[in-house]
Amino acid sequence: MAADRSILQLLLIAIVVFIIMALLNPGKFLTLLNIESMAYQFPELGIISLGMMIAMLSGGIDLSIVSIANMASILMGLILTKMMPQNAANNQIVLFVAFALLISLLTGLISGLINGFLIAHVGIPAILATLGTSQILTGIAIVITKGYAVPGFPEIFLKIGNSKLFIFPIPFLVFLACAIVLFFLLQKSSFGIRLYLIGTNIKASVFSGIKVKSILMKSYALTGVLASIAGIVMTARTNSAKADYGSSYVLQAVLVAVLGGVNPAGGFGSVIGLSIAVLSLQFLSSGFNMLRFSNFATEFTWGMFLLLIMGINYFQNKRIKSSK
Amino acid sequence: MKKLLQQHEFVVTIVFFLVVILIGAINPAFFSIGNIFSLLKSMIIRGILALGVLIVIISGNVDISFTAISAFAMYTTSKIMLALFPEGGLLLAFAIGGLIGLLLGSINASFVAGMKLPALIVSLGTSSAIRGFMLAFIGVKIINNLPASLIAYSRSYIAKFTDASGKIVTLPSAIIMLIAVTIIVWFILRYTMLGRGVYALGGDPVSTERAGFNIKAIQYFIYCFMGFLSGIAGVLHSVFMRNANPFDIVGTELIVIASVVLGGASITGGKGTVYGTLLGVAFTVLIENSLIIIGVPSYWQKVVIGLIIVVSTAASALREKFAKLEIS
Repeated sequence: MAADRSILQLLLIAIVVFIIMALLNPGKFLTLLNIESMAYQFPELGIISLGMMIAMLSGGIDLSIVSIANMASILMGLILTKMMPQNAANNQIVLFVAFALLISLLTGLISGLINGFLIAHVGIPAILATLGTSQILTGIAIVITKGYAVPGFPEIFLKIGNSKLFIFPIPFLVFLACAIVLFFLLQKSSFGIRLYLIGTNIKASVFSGIKVKSILMKSYALTGVLASIAGIVMTARTNSAKADYGSSYVLQAVLVAVLGGVNPAGGFGSVIGLSIAVLSLQFLSSGFNMLRFSNFATEFTWGMFLLLIMGINYFQNKRIKSSK
Repeated sequence: MKKLLQQHEFVVTIVFFLVVILIGAINPAFFSIGNIFSLLKSMIIRGILALGVLIVIISGNVDISFTAISAFAMYTTSKIMLALFPEGGLLLAFAIGGLIGLLLGSINASFVAGMKLPALIVSLGTSSAIRGFMLAFIGVKIINNLPASLIAYSRSYIAKFTDASGKIVTLPSAIIMLIAVTIIVWFILRYTMLGRGVYALGGDPVSTERAGFNIKAIQYFIYCFMGFLSGIAGVLHSVFMRNANPFDIVGTELIVIASVVLGGASITGGKGTVYGTLLGVAFTVLIENSLIIIGVPSYWQKVVIGLIIVVSTAASALREKFAKLEIS
């Protein structure tokens, strides 16, 4: 029940932020145009945060998510801008795009498996293993591209980031699909239940016969795949891939996850809480943007927001404990 | 011999010297006094920060806000000095920087010690709050006209040579500050009750409390001291650059942490030495600065650093695994 209450509280915060921003920006925030543009913007961070949540549920962290996303984007870029002939016919382009997407997902899967292997089998703490792999991946991406951006993706591919299905922007639908799949995976599958158990008490999980190593491998592979999906959306929206794109997303994703009720020590967190958290941060930054606040003021409020939420949680837990 | 090999610091020392010999063999210019001085100079700021991080890591936590604190202290100190004490001395600048750092560190401390929250998450919040506050409300412009006392210090040196090509190379006096911080941290960790408390806290917080340590006081010390060192390092950075750029420093936190871990500190707490940390700093500085000397394109820098992190942490993780097997 405690989980339900904290989600309710989070929802309340999101609504309050939404109302404040609507009042501060009369006639601008509460428009279809703004809501639509927010629906294009938040999915990148949202998908990355979902990946971060998976890593944090087991008590770990994944600092390599954005590096994986960029690596996947760059490989896609090489396929779609260098390998594909300039005068390719339409159906040929579709084939190349499909191939590029497949390679991108595979990149995520393999990178995630490497992380999982280093963490579960070699025994390196997650924060260091993923710090190392993120440096290696970014490094390789820089070596491949010499640090330049890879621009000029085909029109069909860009549709993933810039077009709508009925009234819904495709990035939003991609986020929704990831969230729904994860929701069922975490709540209903044995994999999900075991992942929560590992995060709650790893020793007990080992003794109760859970194959901890294999679950950890799977969870980091899942994070890797989510990272590559985020990479696809990012590339399709900006029409370019670069080795150091979006590096600030790493810490923002941790922030979103913690805000959404994910316990950094593992074992707690839900897709719904995380989705509300990423939405409230999007309301904040879009609203501030309209008020012509600088990006730095937004950075400041995000930090304060995180500290505030942790403070509120602390005093609430204290009250619950003392009332028992 | 076997015991020596099990010591992380010993292994890293050997690898370090092997790498030095290898680089020197590829390009003898590596051993020139100018190059060695420039390596030592690059070690100063990273070393001071790393020694603070060492204490945090030994206590079983990870702080990533120290670079934001450092940049904040550097920039506001320059602003305050220019506005209030344009003729002020060097000591005053370091005192202001250190104090600002200490105050910001105490924010971390009150969350970590007061509310028992993990420092990694707290410092995520404080680092974006501190950096955002500075850039949004204090300023984004680079300050180029630093007080004369800071510029004078940037020129002072304790050793001076003329190298083969007739170029004059100097070793900045600031190296003394690294030596001083090293001695202080070494003394605290080795000879004081406070230092033992830090190690105990990283080993097992519950037993530490039962043994009578004041955990809150220890944690307040850790984060205030980390903040203080960050402030000092920040002012030193503006001395070296001869300007105060608010966008500097932030972004180096992970390589500092990696240096400390490379030096044998256990990220889960309870283990770590001053010697190892300095060695780790020397190692990362060596790699960063020497790739060009041996003809590796600078594009490869990140790959090499990533490999070093993975290989060194894998080695220490595997060694711990085998050590456990031998016991059982």
